[in-house]
Amino acid sequence: MRVSVITFPGSNCDHDAYEVFARRGHQTKMIWHKDHDLENPDLVILPGGFSYGDYLRCGALARFSPIVKEIVGFAQKGGMVMGICNGFQILTETGLLPGALMMNRSLKFICKHQYLKVESANSPFTNTLTPGTILDIPIAHKEGNYYIDQLGLERLKDQDCILFRYCDSTGLVNDATNPNGALDSIAGVVNESRNVLGMMPHPERAATDSVCSQDGTRIFEAIECFVAGRA
Amino acid sequence: MSPITDTIIAEHGISPDEYDYILKILGREPNLVELGIFSVMWSEHASYKNSILQLKTLPKEGSMMLAKAGEENAGVVDIGDDLAISFKIESHNHPSALEPYHGAATGVGGILRDIFTMGARPIAALNSLRFGNPDNPQVKHLLAEVVHGIADYGNCFGVPTVGGEIYFEDSYEGNPLVNAMAIGLLRHTNLAKSAAAGVGNAVIIVGAKTGRDGIHGATFASIELTEESEEKRTAVQVGDPFYEKLLLEATLEIINAGLVVGIQDMGAAGLTCSSSEMAGKGEVGIEIDVSKVPQRETGMSTYEIMLSESQERMLVIVEPQNIERVLAIFQKWDLDAVQIGIITDDKKLRVLNNGSLEAEIPAEYLVLGGKAPVYKRDSQRPDYLDELQGMDLSLLNHPVDFNEVLIKLLKSPNIASKRKVFCQYDHMVGIGTTIEPGSDAAVIRIGGSDKAIAAATDCNGRYCYLNPYEGAKAAVAEAARNVACSGATPIAITNCLNFGNPHKPEVYYGFSECIRGMKDACLAFETPVTGGNVSFYNENPDGAIYPTPVIGMLGVMQDFRKACTQYFKHAGDQVYLLGTRSKNLGGSEYLKVIHNIVGGDITPVDLVAEKALQDCILELINSDIVNSAHDLSDGGLAVALAECCFHPQRSFGLKAEFVIEQDEATAYFGESGANIIVSLNPASASDLEAVTAKHGIECTKIGVVTESEAFIINEAIANCVLTLREAFEQGLDI
Repeated sequence: MRVSVITFPGSNCDHDAYEVFARRGHQTKMIWHKDHDLENPDLVILPGGFSYGDYLRCGALARFSPIVKEIVGFAQKGGMVMGICNGFQILTETGLLPGALMMNRSLKFICKHQYLKVESANSPFTNTLTPGTILDIPIAHKEGNYYIDQLGLERLKDQDCILFRYCDSTGLVNDATNPNGALDSIAGVVNESRNVLGMMPHPERAATDSVCSQDGTRIFEAIECFVAGRA
Repeated sequence: MSPITDTIIAEHGISPDEYDYILKILGREPNLVELGIFSVMWSEHASYKNSILQLKTLPKEGSMMLAKAGEENAGVVDIGDDLAISFKIESHNHPSALEPYHGAATGVGGILRDIFTMGARPIAALNSLRFGNPDNPQVKHLLAEVVHGIADYGNCFGVPTVGGEIYFEDSYEGNPLVNAMAIGLLRHTNLAKSAAAGVGNAVIIVGAKTGRDGIHGATFASIELTEESEEKRTAVQVGDPFYEKLLLEATLEIINAGLVVGIQDMGAAGLTCSSSEMAGKGEVGIEIDVSKVPQRETGMSTYEIMLSESQERMLVIVEPQNIERVLAIFQKWDLDAVQIGIITDDKKLRVLNNGSLEAEIPAEYLVLGGKAPVYKRDSQRPDYLDELQGMDLSLLNHPVDFNEVLIKLLKSPNIASKRKVFCQYDHMVGIGTTIEPGSDAAVIRIGGSDKAIAAATDCNGRYCYLNPYEGAKAAVAEAARNVACSGATPIAITNCLNFGNPHKPEVYYGFSECIRGMKDACLAFETPVTGGNVSFYNENPDGAIYPTPVIGMLGVMQDFRKACTQYFKHAGDQVYLLGTRSKNLGGSEYLKVIHNIVGGDITPVDLVAEKALQDCILELINSDIVNSAHDLSDGGLAVALAECCFHPQRSFGLKAEFVIEQDEATAYFGESGANIIVSLNPASASDLEAVTAKHGIECTKIGVVTESEAFIINEAIANCVLTLREAFEQGLDI
């Protein structure tokens, strides 16, 4: 599959995403945010980092980068886009995904292993996973506290758009297993057309043999399976 | 320009003798700009004038050294396959005392720049922190803000902060230590140099704009903090990690494209230091016009521009035909890059402002290794040493309930888990973190290779206070042991030497003795000193801080799959203690926490036995004989055994039964001696015995790892491991 990883000036997980997709044998390209061409990918990755230093609001400036216009058009035509961490923040700023990411309730940056519960298999990103599957995927953010208004939340639920919730090793979802205060423990959502995913946890940090968890590979395998089936 | 008065000279920290030397060098009176330049360049921070004679005694040779101590911004070590590691540790103590958030943040920024100036991409950061009493609200504030500053800078920049240490001792009250270490990876061919060369080449300033922040930071770092220091808050710089990230990418791009003749970051003493050092090292002259420097504020004087310590800037020497390409790369990253001068052949630092001459000084007189002043200070053994070392610990009444002792020690902030701190640092960015923070050393895999590096920082200031020579040896030994326990061979160190006022003979004695100890240990372990930093004048109204020579140890392993953590892995595994057991409570955390005593002497480090132990553990790990390895340090055997049970994903129980040779307190909580706890499958026991015998290492069977929640040591300790873990996890309040 062809993967385009976008580099904003302050992206710092772009190399990681590149390495993971390239090692999995995909034609992976780094695309500079000032460029205007996505180079015909099957999947666009908006990586983690601090796109513009994020002194204003995370992702608020990144959405004015030339490449983001291309990404919006690509997504609107059904192209697959995956925003990880800062990428998720950028996707909510562009309006491709609903809701917003607020400061963690601890007001501190949190980096740790985090268990996630797969809530829906109805997406290209989770199609091979059984709902209820528990994955150990690290988080690393200061603004990961997902928020959406009541109406929006109902709609997310109605449309089966919540793909991942924070939980513990047994799958328990409650306030104590919610690391950042996210509404309804939401860790990742997909749009209603199901081609745009935003998630705070970093699956690319759990996808190589030299790190402590490999559960992120489960998500990449799902994507690969979907793209292979579509071809 | 106003005449130079005695008051102005004194305000610049220049002694009367040094002023006479300036008159001799110039053959005339300096103007204010020149005085300012001498002031920062001859400050301890930039010139090492009070330390260099001692530093020169440290071993810096090694077959793996690509850039030795003092040659470049940071040392560079070959790790094979055309790969090299650049690493260094540096202090940012005084700025952090006054402005903990920005002080710590810019400490991280400064050390990262030192690394990527070498052409290396930072792959790990560590930090070694010291504070006063953790119950003091002001100390809590300092700790929280320092951690916040480190986190915000490192996280945004995108370097994993993977390790370090935090200690609390009253001696650091009012003068915390913030030592930041960074490690970078480079290809041999991309090693960048800091010397200027090529008459007629362009001098280009790149990065952020210059403002009035941090003026005289280097001088400020070279005096004692007083109540008036608060007024010098403007001497603290303000950092911008986003700019630093841009600067990193642009800098590596121009280095990797072969466009750089010489490059140096602007840290202490800013433009002054970078220009004079580059000229001094290259034995050429540099002429710059400060009016061309991009400025953030209006109306800045030559003096201010030359002495500003605005962050995220670099000075680059470029051949004329490459100027356009360099400017284009910086433009891509939306950074300023402006030619401000040229290389000349007269070996002078010449400063113009809009064409008019503002300063002219022969560069060699400004720089370390040139003709800047060098001093040997008076040294005197402090009286307290005999008293404390001679303390009779045999008369102590030890508590009866060792369960309670163990809980107290696990809760002691010096021992307690630092999880609440390292969870605020992104320690996984870069997807190389093979051993995460919390184990003896961090292990980072080298991308695209099977190799990994290990790193640890260590120094027990209390040991160095009680015995500076042995304390420094112990610091190097522990750092090496930590790295070895993770499966890596220790190869080189960087050091951050934190001491009081060197004009005090007792302080200088401690400094010299620590250097001597470090030298002996580094020779024994064949770990050359690759560079680092000296921070003097760390004092508070009660006197100097404990001598604190922080060691940053680098280790290398050929196969990251061999990385070993301290945690037990399987119930049923047998637990052994390697090395001669402690017979001494001197300097221990037990004495401090339980008896409120800082005293006793520490056990001399037997360097031969220590080296044998490290070789032994490396062989055990590489032969897959052991499943875990953890060295004994603060809190002794009982604390170390408990830590082994605290696996990140679960807790194990322990049933330990062994004969002790000393009193119980010493056996369970004594800290001296080189010891490692290992766990292994019972089937490997004979292999263990063979390897330890080969290395001449004492090997004692301690007990067995269990599935239960019981943590049992002989008849002395029986507790629930979850209770112990709770104490350990909650002990540090941040």
